Amino acid sequence: MYKYDQYDQRIVDARVDEFRDQVQRRLSGEMTEDQFKPLRLMNGLYLQLHAYMLRVAVPYGTLDSRQMRMLGHIARKYDRGYGHFTTRQNIQYNWIKLEDAPDILAELATVEMHAIQTSGNCIRNISSDQFAGAAADEVADPRVWAELLRQWSTFHPEFTYLPRKFKICVIAADEDRAAMRLHDIGIQLVERDGVLGGRVFVGGGMGRTPMIAPEIRDFVTADDLLSYVEACLRVYNRYGRRDNIYKARIKILLHEIGADEYRRQVEEEFVAVKALGVDPPKAEFDRIAAMFAPPAFDAAASAGVDRSDPDFAVWLDQNVSAHKQPGYAVVTISLKPIGGIPGDASADQIDVMATLAERYSFDELRVTHAQNIVLPHVAQADLYTVWQALTEAGLAEANLDLISDIIACPGLDYCSLANARSIPLAQKIASRFADANRQRDLGELKLKISGCINACGHHHAGHIGVLGVDRKGTENYQLLLGGSGAEDVSLGKITGPGFDEDGVVDAIERVTDRYLAERAEGERFLDTYRRIGMEPFKEAIYG
Amino acid sequence: MADPEQTDPDQANRGGEPRLRFRTDEASDEPAITLDAFLEGQTNATAVRLEAGDDARALLGHLDKVALVEVSFPTFRDGRGYSAARILREGGYTGELRAAGDVLVDQLPLMRRCGFDSFAPEAEIDAAALERALTRYDYRYQKAADAAVPVWKLRHG
Repeated sequence: MYKYDQYDQRIVDARVDEFRDQVQRRLSGEMTEDQFKPLRLMNGLYLQLHAYMLRVAVPYGTLDSRQMRMLGHIARKYDRGYGHFTTRQNIQYNWIKLEDAPDILAELATVEMHAIQTSGNCIRNISSDQFAGAAADEVADPRVWAELLRQWSTFHPEFTYLPRKFKICVIAADEDRAAMRLHDIGIQLVERDGVLGGRVFVGGGMGRTPMIAPEIRDFVTADDLLSYVEACLRVYNRYGRRDNIYKARIKILLHEIGADEYRRQVEEEFVAVKALGVDPPKAEFDRIAAMFAPPAFDAAASAGVDRSDPDFAVWLDQNVSAHKQPGYAVVTISLKPIGGIPGDASADQIDVMATLAERYSFDELRVTHAQNIVLPHVAQADLYTVWQALTEAGLAEANLDLISDIIACPGLDYCSLANARSIPLAQKIASRFADANRQRDLGELKLKISGCINACGHHHAGHIGVLGVDRKGTENYQLLLGGSGAEDVSLGKITGPGFDEDGVVDAIERVTDRYLAERAEGERFLDTYRRIGMEPFKEAIYG
Repeated sequence: MADPEQTDPDQANRGGEPRLRFRTDEASDEPAITLDAFLEGQTNATAVRLEAGDDARALLGHLDKVALVEVSFPTFRDGRGYSAARILREGGYTGELRAAGDVLVDQLPLMRRCGFDSFAPEAEIDAAALERALTRYDYRYQKAADAAVPVWKLRHG
């Protein structure tokens, strides 16, 4: 994985110094809160309902054991012993003191980490496929491109005061594990006549106006990547709406002028930008690529696993995925124990995961947008040992992509924007479907909960989505069906009138019952929904 | 820093005098006219003011007649002026490029990178804080409109 050189380190160290200076000027009253707000946001520091929240960047979701241990240390020393992994493949801490923030950043900088641009109207952490470097179906490791974009976007002088936040995702497989087309820019690496390039999609997003990004360019090579993306951003920075925060994302610009006109403007801008020499030479691409070379796999690693322990076999079938290297496997550690808070991990659990990565996964971990953790490179011979250690740490829930593997935003328990609680609802739903056999019988079913229309819990992309709203002062939950963030991307549709908390759990159960009654052989819930449509489910819910 | 409430923007920008200037030539004391007035052509003015929504590209055919472009920042959150500056510098403009309005110390280093070399902030900027801000970063990742050599070039020559 990527390692800092002296330049990367000096830049991150300077940022710590800069933020310490800014906090000092705020605490002394030299700066107003209004002036400080965008500065602290660009360092991932939000003011929530009860305290400051600090969001730490995990570039493209990749980290090593030393970095993971630091995340545990910060949870222990500066928070209440927990960290919360997010849908942006980052981690956030919910109980931070403003005056501690500079020290936390200084500690992070010792392990090549930071909180740069994890919030604010700038280019955010670049996201990617959590199976990068391990997936059998990828054409290349997308993280090389993501790292090029990380460096380019870090303190980009022109794009730090955009109309709104900006999220970029890079994947390299046909199977989309990162909700690529629901990003402001999504790039899918493809090979054409032996040359690697990216298909570029622009203008996707969730929020209150969800959109699937249309393809804006069918092929851009690595040599042109930064100038092309710079052109995409410049058109947005100049013409994105600034009169209404709810209409300021690039998806609205695309919607208003149309994909063809946006494409034309970008191509025109690209000609101007390409002449400036903003693209690094191939040597830089190669330098980064060398750091993402495959680890030293044992070519003689034996394939096959002893499945005689039935609990282990269940976990193996659910949470372990195929690896491109024979004899190895990809392990997804569920952070969704029944009744737990989706994405939360204790400092001790973080340490356990770090140790397992160090011993059994070539020192690598990944954070997934579904708020789980991946050990990307585990020898099949070690799977049982890893599973035993996870079981002991309460991390062996065998529910990957099942109904209890819920994405949920922090909701009204933490967030000042929320209209409704998300976490207690996620806990109730998971408890209702706690029976492991029942979950497995329901099969792949992605359930996503947002506590307000900003959609941080990705409810539009849930096979089943839940949106919390405020109805005359009480929490009310709308139900959506048929969304997907994967390669079969689609946006969910609202079933009808909303429910109270218990009512929506009942409604979900009526939906899954109807699915079981209607499904054809081999159909996932989403497939059945797409085949038979909304009506049968509406009938089941509302009678 | 002075209390922003006590700084009258008109006072601060009287006669178009910039507070901060990173050029050695003589400052223009000509009041800047609007882009529309300039493009109508009935003027000998050499100073133009671009509002945040104006298209900087409209000036590109006339750069030889311009000595000062003042770019307005109605609020520090409005970042359109950064692109306006880049476009003018990329188009070969070498005259004075001034950021005027809600320009804060923490934005100034970014503005310098986009090609601004003169500043007329509404509120006074603390000199010590500015010095720290401008010298804090030794290295930059990107090539921009300033002389900074991007890190990738330092790495590979």
